[in-house]
Amino acid sequence: MPSEKIRQTAPQGLPPEIRLLLASQQLAVLATHRQGQPHASLVAFAASADGRQLLFATTRTSRKYVNLQMDPRAALLIDSRGQTAADFHEAQALTAKGSVREVTGAERDGLASLFLAKHPHLREFVGAPTCALMALQVQVYEVASRFQQVLTYRFSP
Amino acid sequence: MSMLLSLDQITPVLRPQIGGKASALAQLARQGFPVPRACCLPVQVYNTYVDATGLRERILMELNRKDFQEMRWEEIWDAALRIRNMFLTTPLPAEMAAALTAELQGFFGTAAVVVRSSAPGEDSAQASFAGLHESFVNVRGGEAIVQYILLVWASLWSDAALLYRQELGLDVAASAMAVVIQELVAGECSGVAFSRNPNDETQTVIEAVYGLNQGLVDGVVEPDRWLIDRQNRRLTHVPPSSRPAAFQPEGETVVLRDLEPRQSAVPPLTEAQVWEIFTLAQQSEAAFGSPQDVEWTIRQGQIYVLQSRPITTVATEDKDQRPWYLSLHRSFENLKVLRRRIADELLPAMTAAAEALQQEELTSLTEAELAAAIRHRQEIYSHWVAVYWRDFIPFAHGMRLFGQLYNDAVRPADPYEFMILLAGAPLASLERNRRLATLAEQVRQDRDLAAKVRHREFDALPSEFKEALDEFLARFGDLSCPATGGQCQQGPEAILRLVGIMADQPPRPPAQPESAATLTKAFLDQFSGQKRQEAAEILELAQASYRLRDDDNLYLGRIEAQKTAAVNEARRRLQGRGLDLPADLPAEEILKALLDPTYTPQLPEKSEGTATAVIEQARQLIGQPAGPGLARGPARVIQAFPDLADFHHGEILVCDAVDPNMTFVIPLAAAVVERRGGMLIHGAIIAREYGLPCVTGVPDATRLIHTGDTITVDGYLGMVIIE
Repeated sequence: MPSEKIRQTAPQGLPPEIRLLLASQQLAVLATHRQGQPHASLVAFAASADGRQLLFATTRTSRKYVNLQMDPRAALLIDSRGQTAADFHEAQALTAKGSVREVTGAERDGLASLFLAKHPHLREFVGAPTCALMALQVQVYEVASRFQQVLTYRFSP
Repeated sequence: MSMLLSLDQITPVLRPQIGGKASALAQLARQGFPVPRACCLPVQVYNTYVDATGLRERILMELNRKDFQEMRWEEIWDAALRIRNMFLTTPLPAEMAAALTAELQGFFGTAAVVVRSSAPGEDSAQASFAGLHESFVNVRGGEAIVQYILLVWASLWSDAALLYRQELGLDVAASAMAVVIQELVAGECSGVAFSRNPNDETQTVIEAVYGLNQGLVDGVVEPDRWLIDRQNRRLTHVPPSSRPAAFQPEGETVVLRDLEPRQSAVPPLTEAQVWEIFTLAQQSEAAFGSPQDVEWTIRQGQIYVLQSRPITTVATEDKDQRPWYLSLHRSFENLKVLRRRIADELLPAMTAAAEALQQEELTSLTEAELAAAIRHRQEIYSHWVAVYWRDFIPFAHGMRLFGQLYNDAVRPADPYEFMILLAGAPLASLERNRRLATLAEQVRQDRDLAAKVRHREFDALPSEFKEALDEFLARFGDLSCPATGGQCQQGPEAILRLVGIMADQPPRPPAQPESAATLTKAFLDQFSGQKRQEAAEILELAQASYRLRDDDNLYLGRIEAQKTAAVNEARRRLQGRGLDLPADLPAEEILKALLDPTYTPQLPEKSEGTATAVIEQARQLIGQPAGPGLARGPARVIQAFPDLADFHHGEILVCDAVDPNMTFVIPLAAAVVERRGGMLIHGAIIAREYGLPCVTGVPDATRLIHTGDTITVDGYLGMVIIE
């Protein structure tokens, strides 16, 4: 069960199971592509209060960064799997789709502290001049639970 | 390493591994009570089996398809049936099976045994699972015992056990089951003793029957009863109305046999034996330190204690929900009586009630008389709805009784194969659909007729066709009333429209299950002698139960249509007064306005959900696979009867529950999706008849799916995919 602290910082407006996943999970799988060749990578993430932005950090030389420069469209998979058989009835998976931009300037300072509040051990990494803070602007969430049930939540423009 | 524990190996600390029953038997043996030879298979073996075979996660996935609180009893029964079939079709891992068979063979040889459940938490002072888990009597040989162990394990997941555990707030996921295997003592007489009468603590009660105590436990054989005042030792004997029969072990089963007249004439116990059992019950109470329910048998003058468990009803009599859960299961005998009652009394009475109402002329009534007529019709309808729940719903258990027998005997891969043997029997709503199809075929063949139907030129129709139409209306007309717009048009308009739509499409005959005869033979060949006769009777009863499950709705629909007709007459008059009436205005408001010309009817206030910036859409929804097949097409969501009028060929019917009065659109539909869950519900039955993919038990189906959405119905996996 999530702690009270997690509950309080969970994004509002989205259904509880999505808010819970966004608040309780540390890592997510990011999907990008290069000329049609898919690429998946594991990233530490944090969600903005309304759940519309998902933040992650990467160096500007990384493959995902280069891919996103060419095509900002991306998906992020966040899930509660525990790598046991019980996952088939218990685990939930959330796919966020949208486009990614690098945040800079004053906006970066605010969002970096949000990101570091969840991942304090990444302070040095995020602070390095070669590290980019990225934000996925979520258009739609797809949440899969009960093994096969899939509901989508689209942000009204 | 040995899997079995003999009674002398069991110590009190082992109770969590061996359950209440085994623990009590071991304690009785330690204290010198006469108990049959027995051993216990601890929960650890159950856990090893479900982990090694992957069954643990399969069970939890099955139960997690939907929030348990949202599941109807029918859905829980369906889930329990599928889980039971998992146990039936999942053997123990080979090495484990060989080792266990050898151990059992070594312990019991060829002696007959009883295989009983002994779940931890079962038979504690707080909760009694008596009757909820299964026991099997007169099983012989290691291999057979292993088969019945699987069934005892499966009974941990029976619908009644699931509901009861839910009620007690026990963690379903942590459930596990130990098993007691006990040598069968084929006593000349058997019974139970309550050291304290649950209804009167000053008494001890002893009940006894000839033969095995199967009949006493199931309520089939009426026992002799002795009440003993614990203080002054006064003994009162209450004999049964008669002592016709007793359960005896025979072959590999237990059968009910007539008693010799000399036995029928006397009680199964002498007075000396009654006192012996009284003493035993008091000793057991002293040994366990609480009032006990002792099961015993007497063979050649020697008493054996078969089990002893605390009496839970002393403190919590009112809260015990077990009788209700158990009442969901009806015995074959009980169902036979119910069937006669339904066929001979209830259905004729319903027909008579509907016909009597049909004779009443509503238009000539005064406002007050019409109000009285509406109330009268509401009462009649409520009465039959109550009958429906009391008698018709329980009769549906006939199908389940057969389903379990079929699965036990045949062990099919598809736990719903038994449905094929039930289908093909004439259903009233199919008869109606067949007649519609005949009318449509005539229109299809005759271009001139088709034109007249299209333009609704009723008077220009050939007289033969008109007569067929009239005959249809006379027989089914009142049923189509609510289905064609919520208002009785009392004319051929709606039917003509339907026939027109059907005629534009190629005919679709109901699916004919070709293998029904083959499967029936294969099923019956599993039995011989008297058992074969019984199996055939249960199949026949199940077929009647299947037919009624459809027809009862139609009978109820006729009465509901009469209620609706009276309300509609009132609506017509109020609209004549210039009142604007919303379609969902409750009947109570209509009544008020009818009687009081100054009253303005009001809609009940609806609570609107808080607006969010997020739009929820379903992509893939989970229900139960109720009819195999795959179909894709536009959804037609039925929120109210008038929506049916727009139904087009090739659309997918999405509704809260398929009402029998809606089934005329099924021959037009590509698939059926229903919020109400169950494999044996009306919609699923009709969909299977037509060979349509069908998914039932989809929560919020009519909210999350919208008319016009392109959807795919996967009837194999029980999913609906929205594009």
